[in-house]
Amino acid sequence: MILTLRLIEFTTLSTLKMDTPGYFEDQKLQGTPGFFSELWTAKNGLFSGALTAMGVAFTAIFLGTVLGVFIGITLAYGKQPGRFIARVYTDVIRGIPLLALILANFYLLSVVGVNLNALQAGVLSLGIFCSSHVGEMVRGGLQNLPVGQTEAAQSIGLNFTQTFRYVLLPQALRQILPTWTNTAVEIVKGTTLISVIGLSEIILATQQVIARNFQTLNFYAFAGLIYFIICFSIERLGKHVEKKIAIK
Amino acid sequence: MFKNLNYAAVWRSLDDLAYGLGLALSLAVISIILGSLIGIVVAFSLTSKKKHLRIVSNGYVTGIRNIPLMIIVLFIYFGLPDIGLLFGQMESFIFALTIYAGAYLAEVFRGGLISIPVGITEAGMASGMSNLQINMFIKLPILLRSVMPALSNNFISLFKDTSIASVIAVQELTFQIRKINLDTFRTIEAWSFGTLIYVFVCIGIASILRIFERRLAIPR
Repeated sequence: MILTLRLIEFTTLSTLKMDTPGYFEDQKLQGTPGFFSELWTAKNGLFSGALTAMGVAFTAIFLGTVLGVFIGITLAYGKQPGRFIARVYTDVIRGIPLLALILANFYLLSVVGVNLNALQAGVLSLGIFCSSHVGEMVRGGLQNLPVGQTEAAQSIGLNFTQTFRYVLLPQALRQILPTWTNTAVEIVKGTTLISVIGLSEIILATQQVIARNFQTLNFYAFAGLIYFIICFSIERLGKHVEKKIAIK
Repeated sequence: MFKNLNYAAVWRSLDDLAYGLGLALSLAVISIILGSLIGIVVAFSLTSKKKHLRIVSNGYVTGIRNIPLMIIVLFIYFGLPDIGLLFGQMESFIFALTIYAGAYLAEVFRGGLISIPVGITEAGMASGMSNLQINMFIKLPILLRSVMPALSNNFISLFKDTSIASVIAVQELTFQIRKINLDTFRTIEAWSFGTLIYVFVCIGIASILRIFERRLAIPR
């Protein structure tokens, strides 16, 4: 009895489905689309994700470098309380994983009353991270310069600001450029971690695409490719500039 | 704001934190050991005379160095099952970190290999050693001793990179800190304590490695 009912149900339903005009055509059309057609569908999301990531990275690198140069100068020439604070700051920030820093900024500052959204927290964390690294390398660059340079500058009557501006800084900047490029690449790579606090950058955009079409392997590989292209060009650009400004 | 700090929630989950720290350290140690092996092999092929070896190893190093660790982790954990390769969380993270570490350490070892004076290798050739013998008994010991300072920097940053394992729910230190935060809303307490753990462990690793550096330094 039940079996016959089921059988009738099944046949009617299936015939109903198959009787709909264009059923097979639809199936053919809707059959799983390939990687490139999915990529074409997803291009806007991925593009805006990449744009967000790059915006965050460049803002963070800019802020971090400006702050980092000041920290580096404080570390190299500052008076005692300031230098101690700068040292603690760089050592602590360099001792925390970037992911923990991002999460801490996102959760901690809202408790203190500063409500940052994911974008601001990401820029802040990456900027802080960048500043500590830049500070350390500026300090290294300044302290590795031969003392003779400072002495020579002083002997021709330059004061401290002039010595710094015309003698020390140009040489130090040339020295730190390779390390600075590396840090910039690290920051760009660090933007992936902001997806954890929910900023829709490349990883999260990719995950949204994957949730739609389940082409996990392809789209993570594509995200990797995007990052590779960006980071590789930064690296090449750094090498090029290095060669351009080298003292011959 | 700071009047009502209450660290009870942190003390209650001290065991979890210790477990997380242990897990993070062991993940780091395993991947560093495996990554160093890869790094040494790749560094030798980066400086070898055979062109195809150089191209392949250069591609590996450049490729991995320019891709974020997080994407490698997600690719291995979520992506590789698409082609039938299933790994557990920890295995896939160790796999990812090993590949990542290999590329970074290869660069360090390459720097060390280049800085070995040619005279030493020529002395080896003159005393009739084969290429393998020169690599094994002359270049490798000098290499390991001369790159220690650069290595320890990389080791520390690789330890910090284990925090990314929390993204695929490996229950290491960052995962535990975040869990305390989300379970108890003791945000300041959780993150300040977690940060302290990370900073002190990094300082500890650095000072242990500095002892090794001093022991192993080539006397001049």
